[in-house]
Parts: sequence; structure tokens; C-alpha cells
Amino acid sequence: MLRLPTFELHKPTTVAAALEAAAASGPATRFVAGGTDLLPNLKHEMIEADHLVSLAGIESLRGIRLDGDDLVIGPMTSLTDVASSELVQERAPALAQAAGVVAGPQHRNQGTLGGNVMLDTRCQWINQSYFWRSALGFCLKKDGTECHVIEGGKRCVAAVSNDSIAPLYTVGAKLVFQSLATPEMIAAGAPEGVQTRPVPVDALFKADGAYNKKVGLQELLTEIRIPALPAGHRGSYQKLRLRGSIDFPQLGIAARLDLDEAGVIVHADVVAIVVAARPVRVKKAPDQLVGQTPGTPGFEAALAELCDLATRSVKALPNIPGDTEWRQRMVPVLIEDAIRACV
Amino acid sequence: MAARDQHGPGAPWPEEGAPELAATNRSSAEGFRAVGQSMRKLEGLDKATGAAVYADDIKLPGMLHAKTLRSPHCHARIVRIDASKALALSGVHAVITGADLPTKYGVIPWTQDEHALALDKVRFIGDEVAAVAAIDEDTANAALKLIEVEYELLGAWLDPAESRQNQLTDERPAIHEGHKHGNISKRVELEFGDVEAAFEAADVVLENDFYFHSSTHAAIEPHCAVARESADGLLTLWSSTQITHYVQREVSRVLGVPQSRLRVIQPNLGGAFGGKSDPFSLEFVVCKLAQLTGRPVKMLWTREEVFYAHRGRHAMNMRYKSGVTKDGKLTGVSADILIDGGSYSSFGLVTTYYSGQLLTGPYDFPAYRFDSTRVFTNKPPCGPKRGHGSVQPRFAFEVQLDELSEAIGMDPIDLRRVNDVGEHTETVNGQRVTSNGFAACLDAVEEQSAWKERRGKLPAGHGLGVAGSMYISGTNYPIYPNDMPQAGIQLKVDRSGLVTAFTGGNDIGQGSSSVVRTVICEELGVDSADVRVVAADTDLCPVDLGAYSSRVTFMVGNATIDACRNLRKLICRGVAEEWGIDPSRVFLGRGEVFDTENRGNPKRNITTRRAFEIAEARCDTLGSTGSYNTPKLGGDYRGGSIGASPAYSFTAHVVEVLVDERTGMITVPNVWVAHDCGRALNPMLVAGQMEGSAYMGIVEALFEDHKVNRFGLHAGPSLLDYPLATSVDCPDLHALIVESIDPEGPYGAKEAGEGPLHPALPALSNAIFDAVGIRLRKLPFTPGKVLAALDEKRAREAASAEEAPSC
Repeated sequence: MLRLPTFELHKPTTVAAALEAAAASGPATRFVAGGTDLLPNLKHEMIEADHLVSLAGIESLRGIRLDGDDLVIGPMTSLTDVASSELVQERAPALAQAAGVVAGPQHRNQGTLGGNVMLDTRCQWINQSYFWRSALGFCLKKDGTECHVIEGGKRCVAAVSNDSIAPLYTVGAKLVFQSLATPEMIAAGAPEGVQTRPVPVDALFKADGAYNKKVGLQELLTEIRIPALPAGHRGSYQKLRLRGSIDFPQLGIAARLDLDEAGVIVHADVVAIVVAARPVRVKKAPDQLVGQTPGTPGFEAALAELCDLATRSVKALPNIPGDTEWRQRMVPVLIEDAIRACV
Repeated sequence: MAARDQHGPGAPWPEEGAPELAATNRSSAEGFRAVGQSMRKLEGLDKATGAAVYADDIKLPGMLHAKTLRSPHCHARIVRIDASKALALSGVHAVITGADLPTKYGVIPWTQDEHALALDKVRFIGDEVAAVAAIDEDTANAALKLIEVEYELLGAWLDPAESRQNQLTDERPAIHEGHKHGNISKRVELEFGDVEAAFEAADVVLENDFYFHSSTHAAIEPHCAVARESADGLLTLWSSTQITHYVQREVSRVLGVPQSRLRVIQPNLGGAFGGKSDPFSLEFVVCKLAQLTGRPVKMLWTREEVFYAHRGRHAMNMRYKSGVTKDGKLTGVSADILIDGGSYSSFGLVTTYYSGQLLTGPYDFPAYRFDSTRVFTNKPPCGPKRGHGSVQPRFAFEVQLDELSEAIGMDPIDLRRVNDVGEHTETVNGQRVTSNGFAACLDAVEEQSAWKERRGKLPAGHGLGVAGSMYISGTNYPIYPNDMPQAGIQLKVDRSGLVTAFTGGNDIGQGSSSVVRTVICEELGVDSADVRVVAADTDLCPVDLGAYSSRVTFMVGNATIDACRNLRKLICRGVAEEWGIDPSRVFLGRGEVFDTENRGNPKRNITTRRAFEIAEARCDTLGSTGSYNTPKLGGDYRGGSIGASPAYSFTAHVVEVLVDERTGMITVPNVWVAHDCGRALNPMLVAGQMEGSAYMGIVEALFEDHKVNRFGLHAGPSLLDYPLATSVDCPDLHALIVESIDPEGPYGAKEAGEGPLHPALPALSNAIFDAVGIRLRKLPFTPGKVLAALDEKRAREAASAEEAPSC
């Protein structure tokens, strides 16, 4: 078995204590939720961390509740609990579906929604042991200077692979991060202590697979907030993988359709993951689908057109293991399936 | 003298009155008591409860942990190794390199080309270079990073076709420099009958290219070895091996320790499938390190290291040409095969022979030729995986048979029936076939799959396919030539009523120790709880050659019958003396011992345990030995004995498939596996082997791919990147046991561990044809390949529609 590197483990019971532990331990510190992504990455020496701050003892980070109109999910809620929650199934069905198809049952019992949101990017050239990567001569994401996906590539294109992110995009989720004000921030006029920063989920990512998030490692995700959606809200998540369990997505498509009382589409959104370092929104989706009524020839024509157009903006790269051509070919198929699952 | 076939297939003491048991099963009807009963595996509960002790569970006082430094280059010369910094690290006890173990080894004595640690050259990424023993794993790992190795990089050979061209240059020297044939590991060309004339005589001749990818065993237990040297220099090695005896021979030779001073023990094994049938680097290394440090030393490989050690299924490029008459009779078969061997020989000599020699059943064809070439490439070495060397040709040939049946408009099952080689005959290459239940296998899968009602008539995307196969029950070719028994066993019995068997047979989860128990229960009439089996410990057990070539049930089973009958003679003699009667009158079985001519006398009706006491008193301490050796078999030509088996098993599969034409994804809802195992000694274990085999074959076809990328690196040496089917992907497997009762097998039994894998892959391909009309000749059957083949088919259909006259 590969050995875990040695690290100091902190076990705070409050968010404030977790933030303090992280701040005191310096930059080589990671928060650990379920550990199903972080621990293998540590074993592969993809991440170097002298300190781990466990979130397992912080009760306030767990649970699913309503706060006014918002559905609030604690990031330490297990994926199994998210998938089986009636509240989530009713208010954000695509999220419940996505949580239910992450990895295998044991992973979903151990893994958390927050952990999945913060999952590292994946690539066939990086998720390997240190020995393997050394034989390769390393790569852009860690320890190396070359990209093996795109010859001469200067920016890492490791793939965003978190199933939950695509549905969170479509429901317009807000992620709440907390951190301790740094001396620099305080000098610039910020108050001391815990800072809270809501980030719309579609503002979280950047197109850099080396680290694809716009929040710092010292910022802790404390809430996932999903606004109330209209009564006619429908959602679906479609995942491409070879096996019926365990595998990371080879492609993921989330779709959202809101229908009015007459059954006309008033809002449409389609988001793809695992094509690049950040999720890709199919911008043509509302143009094609809004105003259509499922079951009519007009809707069928619009859907066919959308699937066709989407293949121009959703481009699979040979970043993750598997057949890139097939993944690309499955883009319109999964979009069609996702839309049809909504109507 | 080793007893081969003097026992006959019947029950030891058939009794009148047994027919009332006919309703329960055939074995009971024939007078068997234990044979034919589904007894739980000896170690089953221990394994299920986690109590079983595997190699990695062994912890000895003062034990050190060892780790291996591996080559990051796929072809390079070692210029310099400096381990001084590693040795200086606190907690490091020893560092060794190739120079410490300079003797070459290899499982086949004629092709020994491996070093425990590379001596001058590395030949694939992952080749072993140095090893460290330290107080714990982390210290050993840290020390590895301190070993400095300077390499001179050499050009890599990654394409087997280039290796076959064998154009060696200074920039790219041969992988094994000095090897007689450069990068050609082994070539076998054999021809039987006139193949060209056979094609002339055929109504239809088809010729196609096939490809079988490499796959690995993926046993759940990674390789592990522990060694200890006692104060008086006795060396003990615990290893997760399936060939204790060969490991003892090779470690003894390389370390210069006499075999009598080296004890090799195989603890419980977490799967092997052929992946633990070579001597491996870690076995030599822990022994050497134990000698050097005076401490016990353990090495456990990571999953990644197991992928590098590989010895998995060889990738093969195959061209098959076969002819058939319009009434379905095969006239001749021709095969040209290029085998990608990876970097070392391993069992490659045998693989190369098997790739041709094992195709000549279950079908009879009067002419056959093959030309098989195994080449070296700078990849992890290939070796034997379940169905060694014959799964790949079987795939190609059985798909070709399906195409031939389509071409002549004959049902594919009927085509197979027409060509059935039959029983008590000889194949075109001179292999003796005794029992043969192939026809019954075809009948069983035909009926159970509702073939006649469904095949060719299911909706688009839904299909059925058939394939057949034949496999060996051991071979008469011991890996090193010798006249000694291939299987030996020893029994001990005493007044406690316990019977203990000592067998060299390696129980790798296939149930070989449980087979020994069943035989003892049958022969001596004891309860299964009163039998212990001590296995695979070279100090305690007589020599057995190991668990490979599906030899164990046949050979160890026969040896056990032999030993039991020797012991029974002794016990009956003692009892007969006590009662003053002739020994032939003493019945011993079913837990009772009585005088057959005076059954009413209660003094002459005693328990087996009482009989043991009487015999121990009258005949002294009780024990016996038994053994098995094959008869002389095989064709009278060079290599004619390779693949010659005392008995062959036969299998037929029908696979049901669903093909999604939008995604190219394949689902297998059902596999019917009919297997002729001679006689099912323990039907539950036979069915388990049949199910496991079929599962393994289907998964190889759909998911697994032991790929080496453009850098010569294994593309994904983990169980995440190398996907095995999970329970949700697994077909429903229907095991249909066929019993042909072999004249020489133990009670008529033959193998069941490897044969039942073969037809899975071609039957799947044939089912896909039935479902969507595409022929998949290149493995694995990925969704992308399915879609590409569907595109091609549509284009073909569109083109022929355009050509068709409009009317």
C-alpha cells in the first residue's frame, strides 16, 4: 500500500478554531472533509501538507435545512445524505441525482458535498504516484514544466471532475466561505476575526487546472445555499462512465428547465463538466429552448439544434483517461438525455 | 511407482441399495458419499470473517521492511549506483543492488533472463534496481530517494512489429543483448496435414485479422514475501506464490542455499490467476536482506508495483484463415500470430507453443498450420493468465467460426456440432482426447438460453452469441525435465480419529485443499471435520509442482486417492487380523467398518476411529504416501508434448448482449456457461470457478486494458484507472455443469478453473453481431469502437443501397 506522508492533524470543533488552526499552521495546510480526494492525492505526493485540519468534529457544518427561502446544505453533509434528502430531491433534483452517482456507495458515505465542490482537477498525467510522475518527467500541474495533454501548452487543462458542480451551476447556488482576516487585510481596513464571503458558484472557477478555484486555501466553505426555484423547476444530471459505479465522470451534463403553468419553458440552462479546467455553460440553451413547449415539433427541432450547437462549445480534451473521441461524441447524447429527463 | 490411472472413475466401495439416492444426484446414485457434495471450502469461514492469515499478516519480532527502487526508464544501461547516502540514513539496515544477486533466473530453465535486481540494464519502467531494508516502511521509502543511479538511455522498443523486424542498431540495441535471436523471444512453426489443399477443398474460405489486448490478473492481494534466517542458518520464506516448489528451487540456486536449508511456505492467498506463478524479485530480495541483516524482512508490493510485475495476458496480433464446406465441415485452419511478450521470457516459450497447440479441439479439422512469434518489448513482462496462451487464439477462431456459419447459412451451434472432435480420439496435432462432453455443453447452453426461439429473432440491439473451447487438465511436461512424480501427498492417521494430509498443492482460492479433503472423506469414510490439510510448506509436504495449467484437481486428486488406498490397505489389514478374517471382507466407508460377510455381528461393526486404534495397535504408527505422474503423451515431434494433457475439459457459452446504438455501450444481462469438468467433486466449487471464469472473460472484453503509453509507462497502474467490473456491472452467470466421467481423472474429474473462461470473449463478439450486425475482431470492445463499427456498417449499407438498381 502507498504510505500517507506524515502530517500534524488538527481536530477543531468550531469553524473559528478551524480557521485559527489553519492560519497558525502556515501555507502547507489543508482542510480535510471526507478525505476521499485529499488522502489519495497526498499519497501520490501531488499535494504537500504538513498540517491537516479535520472538519469532522464541527457539527455546525453538517445538515440540510431551510433558511427563509434558501435551502442550506452544510458542506460536511455526506453525499449519501444529500442524495437521499427529500428536501434536496424536491428543490434541486439534479443535485440529488449527481450526489447519488459520485464514485461508489462507500465513497458517498465518507465523502461530503463540500469535499466534492472543492475537489481537485483530474488528469491522466497527474493522478498517479510520485514514481510514475517522475518517470514521466512530471507535468505542468505539479513539479514539471510540460503539458502532456496539449503539446506546448502553458496552462494546465486538468479537468473539473466534481459531479455536484454542474447541477449547482444550474440552480444558481451560492457558496459561503469564511476565513480569518490576515494582517494585510486588517491593515487595509478589514475588521479582525472571521470574514464571510458569499461566492456565486459560477464565479468560483478559473481556467487553470493547476488550481481551478478563485478562493484561497485558507478559506473554508461553510455553507452551500440554493435559492428557492419556481414551482415548474425541473433538473437532471447525466454522467458518462464505463462502469455503473466508482468511476469519476468522463463527461457530466446538468440541465435545468423551468416550465410555466402552461407548460412553456421559461428558463433553460445546460452545464458541462470534465471537458476543461472549469465547468462550461452551453450559452445557446436559453436561446434555443425558452418559449418552447415540450412535446411539440418546435421543441424537438430546438433540442436537435441545441445538441448540434453544443458540440461547438463543449470540447473534450485528452486530459482524463479514456476515449476522447467518444466523450466528444457523447456531448449531444447526454445533453439530449438530460433535457428529456426534465420534461 | 506413481499411480496414474489404476483407480478407475468409480466410487471406492459402491454398495448395493444406493440407487434410492439417484434422485439427489448422480454421484450419490453411483455410491459416492462425499464426492458430488457441495462442501464449504476449508478456509472459507476464516476468509469470510477476516481471520485468515495472509503473507502481509505475518509480523515477526525485530522484523524490517523492505522497498524496491525501480527504473524510471524503459530501456537504459546502468552506469553507476551510489547507495551511500541511503545507507547512512538512520534506521536503514541494508541496501542491495544487482551485484548482490548476480545469478539469472526464470521459471523456464531454458530461458532464464531475469535478475532479482538489474545487473547492468533496465528493460521496462518499473524494472527492479535496488532494495532497502529499514526499521519501517517510511524509512525504507525515504532511503530509496537517496539512492543515486546514473543511466545511459537506450532507444525503446514499444511496437512488437518493430521488434519482430529485429533491425538492431547501435542506437537501439536488443533488449537482451547477446540473445541468439535478437528481440525474438521464441518462434514456433508447425504444420499438420496439407493446409493449402484444405483451402482448395473448401466452399468458403475466410481470412481476417484479430487483435487481443493485454490484461492483467488483478488479484486483490498484492504480492508479499517475508523471510527469516534462524541462528543456525535455516532460511524460511513465506510468500504469496502459487508455485512453492519452483520458488524453492530458484531462490536456492540464486542465493546458493541448499534446498534442504530453505523452507518455503505459502500462507492463505488472496487470488493469483497465474499472476503468482513466476519467482519474483521480492522473494530473492527478502531472503538476501534477511541473511545480511540477521533480521526478519518483509516486502509488500503496492498495487502499482503489482501492475509492473504483470505476467498478464499477452497482447496478440492474429491472422486466421479457415475453410469450410457448404455442409459445415472445417477443412483446414492457418494462423499467424505475433505475441507481445514484454521485457522478459517468463513462461513465454510455453505461451508461444500454447498459442498454436491448444486450438485443435473441440473441433476436428484435418489440416492445420501455425506460425507464432513472441517478441521482447520494453514493457512489463507478460506471462500466464487464466487460460494461458490459448484465450487469444480461441477468441479469433471462434469469431471466425461464427462468420463461416453465417457465410454458409448454418446455425452457429450446428456448425460446432458438425465439427465436434468426439471422445477417445486424437487431434490433428497428435493430442490424445479421452472423455469429451462438448456436445452436451452445446445442448445445455442452447436449451437454457432459449437459443432456437431467440437467436436472430430478438429486437435490434439485443442478441445472443455462442462459442466453444477445450483446455488442458495439467500437462505431461514438467517445467524442468525429471522422472519424479508431478504430485505427491502424505497422510497421517492416529487414534484421535483425525486424518491429516500433507500436500505440496498450492491452494490459491481455487479449492485444491478442499479437493484433497473430499477425496479423503470419500476413501476413508471420515467426517469432513476430521480431516486437516497442511498445504504448500516445503519442509512438511511432499513435492507438488504447483497451481498452474489447471493440473491440481487431476493430479493432486489422483495422488490423494493413491495415498488413501495405501492407507486403507493398512487399516483393513489391522482390523482383519483383529477379527481373524481375510482383509478383503473388511468394509471401510461412510464412517463405519464391518465384516461384509457377517454384518449382523455387532462386534464386527465398529467406528472408523475404533478401526484406526486397532490398526495403530497392530500395524504401528499409521501413514501413507501417494503420487501421480502423467502417462507419456503428445505428438512425436519437437514441442509435441507441450499442451499434451492427460485429459481435456470442454466448454460452451451463450452470451446475451444489449447494445445501445446511441452510446455504443454494451450490457451483458446473461451468460450461460456449460462446462464438462469430468465429474464435479464439489459442485459448489466447480460452479464458482465457472462463474469466476466467465466474469473474468467478459470483463476483459469490456473494461480492462493493460495499456503502455507513448512514454513506455503503464497508462494507469491502479484499480481506478484499470477498471474491473463491480457487482452492478456483472452479468447473471448460469453455471451448467456437464459430467463426462474421464477414465483417468480422480473419480472421472477434470479441470474447471481456466477452461470456462475461453468462450466468453468470442461469444460476446458473436452476440454483438446478432444484436447490431457488426463484427468486432479487435479487443477490447469499447463504446467508441462499437460506434465506429456502426458508422462503417451504415456507410456500407448506404453505398450498397445506392448501387442497387431502382425499380
